[in-house]
This record gives sequence, C-alpha cells and structure tokens, in this order.
Amino acid sequence: MENVHNPVIRAVGLTKRFGDFTAVDHISFEVSAGEIFGFLGANGAGKTTAMRMLCGLSRPTEGEGFVAGYDIVRQSEAVKKNIGYMSQKFSLYEDLKVWENLRLFGGIYGMKEREIKSKTERILHELGLEQERNTPVRSLPLGWKQKLAFSVSIFHDPKVVFLDEPTGGVDPVTRRQFWGMIYEAAGRGITVFVTTHYMDEAEYCDRVSMMVDGRIEALDAPARLRRQFDVDTMDEVFRRLARRATRKGD
Amino acid sequence: MRQFWVFVVKEFYHIVRDRRTMLILLGIPVAQILLFGFAITSEVKDVQVAVYDPSRDAVTRQITEQIAASSYFDVVEMLDDASRINDIFKYGRINLVIVFGENFAENLQHTGEAAVQLIADGTEPNQASLIVNYIEGILASYARSAMPAATAPSFTIQPEVKMLYNPQLQSSYYFVPGIMGLILLQICAMMTSIAIVREKETGTMEVLLVSPMKPIYIILSKSVPYLVLSMVNLATILLLSVFVLHVPVAGSLFTLLLLSLVYIFLSLSLGLFISTMVDTQMAAILVSGMGLMMPTMLLSGLIFPIESMPAVLQWVSAVVPARWYVEAMKKIMVQGVGIEYVLTELGILTGMATVLVVLSLKKFNVRLN
Repeated sequence: MENVHNPVIRAVGLTKRFGDFTAVDHISFEVSAGEIFGFLGANGAGKTTAMRMLCGLSRPTEGEGFVAGYDIVRQSEAVKKNIGYMSQKFSLYEDLKVWENLRLFGGIYGMKEREIKSKTERILHELGLEQERNTPVRSLPLGWKQKLAFSVSIFHDPKVVFLDEPTGGVDPVTRRQFWGMIYEAAGRGITVFVTTHYMDEAEYCDRVSMMVDGRIEALDAPARLRRQFDVDTMDEVFRRLARRATRKGD
Repeated sequence: MRQFWVFVVKEFYHIVRDRRTMLILLGIPVAQILLFGFAITSEVKDVQVAVYDPSRDAVTRQITEQIAASSYFDVVEMLDDASRINDIFKYGRINLVIVFGENFAENLQHTGEAAVQLIADGTEPNQASLIVNYIEGILASYARSAMPAATAPSFTIQPEVKMLYNPQLQSSYYFVPGIMGLILLQICAMMTSIAIVREKETGTMEVLLVSPMKPIYIILSKSVPYLVLSMVNLATILLLSVFVLHVPVAGSLFTLLLLSLVYIFLSLSLGLFISTMVDTQMAAILVSGMGLMMPTMLLSGLIFPIESMPAVLQWVSAVVPARWYVEAMKKIMVQGVGIEYVLTELGILTGMATVLVVLSLKKFNVRLN
C-alpha cells in the first residue's frame, strides 16, 4: 500500500470550462490506495466531467491531476493502462458471449493468453456464471450484467477503477451484492472512485465528496459529515448542500 | 498489434452474429445485379408486331418475313381491316403495327417509291423510338439488297451505324459499373458509419476510449471486416456480370482491382467521416442514405448520362466520388483501355480519400476533448 504522501489520485485546482460555462471549478482532493471514494453531487454538478478528466477522456482547461502516479495530460497513455472504467450506460457487448467479453477486454489491456484463461475461470466461478459462459450477454438479467461489467472493469487489475453510477436501475439485493464486490476489490488494493445517486450507498464509502455547481463543498468520512452538519443521514447532508446550488440539473 | 487483431475478431463476431444484416449485405449485390441486368433493361426484345398488308404481293411478303426472322420481332398478327389498328394497341399486346401501302410492289417498280407506315406505342417513348429505328434498318437493308446496282439511284448515302464496344447495345454493359459504385459505397460507408455510431449509442465507445487502445486502431479494426466484405461483394458482382450477364472485363483485372481498392478506401473514410458527425444509428442511416445514396444514384451516371445534365448538375456531380469510379470502370470493363487512360479518375479518387481520412481523423480526435 502506498503512503499518504503518494496518493493514487491527486487533483490540484482541476478546472474545465466549456465556453463561458465552468463545469468543474478548481477542485482539489487526494485519494489513497485501496480507498473507496464516493463522488457525489446533483445532476449537472460536474461529477461526470471531473471523472472524464481523470480518465483522460477530456483535457482540463486549468489545473493538474495525477492518477496512479501519472500526469493525466502528459502521460494519459500510462494512465489508461492503470485504470478501469465502468460507464453509466451498460458497457459490455450484448452480442458477444460472456467469455468473449472477458477475452476481448483482456486482449485490449494486453494481458497474456494464459492469464486471461485462468482469470476468466475464476470470475465465472465467483459470479456463479459457469453455466452461462456461452450465453450472449444480451440474455443475462440486468443485475448479472452489472456484476459482470464490474468484473470486466477490474479484469486487468488496475490501480484505480472509476465507476460512473454503477448501480443505476438495479434492485436492492443486487446493489448489496455489488457493493460486496467493491469491498473485495478495495481489499485487494484497488482504489475505487465511484459516483452515485443513492445516498445510502454514500454510507458505504470510506470518504465522500459533495459537488455543488462545479465545486467540492464538503469532503470527509460519512460519519464526520453527518456530525459536521448535525444530521442523521447522508441524505440530509446532501439536501443541505444542494440547497446552495444555483445551477439547474440537466 | 495483438490488441488490434483481438478487436478485429470482435468486429467479425458483430457482423456474423447479425444474421439478417449479413444476409442483406451479401444478397444486395446479387439482387441488384440481377435486377438491373434483367428487369431494368433498355434493349428491345420480343417486340410484338402486327402487319396490315392490303397489297399482299411478293415484296411485302418478303419484308414481313425478314422482320419475323429477326430475333427482336415476333409477327403475331396479320390484320385484314385497317380500322382495327387503333383498337389493337388498347389491348396492350402489340408494340408496333406495320402498314404497307396499296400496290406496294407495283409502285416500287414503276416509281421507285412505295409507302409504308410504322405505328408504335408511344407510351414508352425510348422503347418506341428504338423499335422504329430497328425496323427502318431492316427496310433499308431490304431496299439495298432488292435493287440491283444498275437500277439503283446513281448516288445514295447509306449511313452504316456501328456501336463500338457494345455492339448489341446491351444495357448491362452500362449498368454493371454503376452498380459496383453503388454497392461498394453502400457497404463501406453506410455500414462503417453505423458500426462506429452504434458503439457511441450503446456506451461501449467510452469504455474503449478509456482503455489503452489507440483511437486509430479502434477505427481501423472497424473497417477491416467491411473491407473483406466489400471484396467478397466485388468478386460476386464481377462473377455474376461475366457469367450471367455476359459482360466481359475487357481491360486488365489488376487496374480494375486497384481502382476498386481506392474507391473502397474512399468509401470507408466517408463512413468514418459520417460517424464523426452524428450520434445515433438512425442519423447515420439517414445521412448515408440521403446524403450518399441519392446523389450516387442520380449523379454518378448510373441512371442518367452526365453529358446530358444541365451544366450546374455536371459541376455538382464532380464531387460525387461514384461518378469518377463509374466512369473509370466503364473505360476499363467495356472499352478495355489501360491504366494510363484512367489516371485522372484514379488521381481524383485518391485525393478525395486522403482529404476525407485526414478530416475525419482530425474530427475524431477533437471529439475526445
């Protein structure tokens, strides 16, 4: 595990402007290895834009960021090799079979043939999908698809995995199981950077940040945030903060 | 490199698993070639002829026999009443009525002139004028053979028309290159743009862009399967046209393939260009359908000859890639000229392709930011 002075994610005054509109306004934070970092905020607060910058999908207008020790602008190729990503939309190929999806992403990340084989077996076993290896992903139930998508995003053992609202539209039981998988990944040292709408999920995170109008208005462990605002739930914390927003959600 | 091939395999899966699309892609060329080759034809064949012959002499009988002997005409009815001529067209079976004047042979012998009237069904003007031309040809050749040189007028000008390259004036000679231009564009441009946009729509494109996979690889690997597919189509079209439509490839196969490859490359980059402009598969289909198919059908010379278009449309047709391809293919397939005669077309196509590739790669990269 890396020490605090060498965080896995570091943002310093990260800013993104689209014309006159400042989507992300000088945000700074650090995330250390194996941490589960919740990235919260209303729609349009700038979560996705900030995440896209950290993933190298979008160039910051100002400020700098480091992921897995690499500069997100100058070393974006190295960044990409060390991160996993699960998008808001479902991110597997529906017409490919379960094993083919695993094989494809293993190949894209340059994994060795033997490694892909053995890991595929392990994941199929863990997810209880051994019978379904030759099933096209299309015919899996949504919950299984989401779990499989998460497994694919950490298939190559990245240092950081970015999850963009991974549990949207999933039933509570599956969400619980999904968080079990996140804990397990974090236990293996993978840093988890997750955006979510569900405030109960915020409680599962080690630390959460709350974005309002492109700025980070609060950042701490859930329990301490509740104490700071003197409320019982994260939901309350969120509502208090969101009241300050002037921007309309999209 | 391994990344690249893993990805190409995935693209093949996408295509092969989509049975219906695959069938369409392989079936389109066959259907279009057969349709254009057989159904949509501007040749005259089996023209139904009726004859009204009040003189019934040796000359008219000979002429009628000659017409009947030609493979284009079937003399199906001998009319015995002039009043039936108008009615007979209404039933739609007869395309042409030949009316000989009275005392045909006599007149011809004494005055050197005899009257014959050709009445054709003008509802299909092109076909009607073709039929009339053919008959006039037969009449003229009869007149020449029947008159011994001595009795012939001292000075006659008899034009002899000879159709170069396409002696039977077969329309398939004309259509095949056009269909090749159309189909290759369809497969390459439309399918590539749909394939790329589909990944944007489903959200998998984001995942790919976050991966270490280089954008240029993503795009290249998408075009490989369509390149293969269009080669298969090219081969299908050529085989069909040579063995079924009997259109020979007069020029060198190498030049033909070279030109086609450049054109395929151009179409692929057009597809890529479209995919950078639109975000949904529906839009991709519309843009490539309306934006590419229509101009190609109308302005490439496939249906309407470019030379007979108004000047403005001729200029517009200059930016339609298929126009240059079809023109060059006609030269190679039908006229059999060497590569030195199609250098202009080859140059223009190469230039267009280069510009498109550069433009779309630029646009694709800009979109990432």
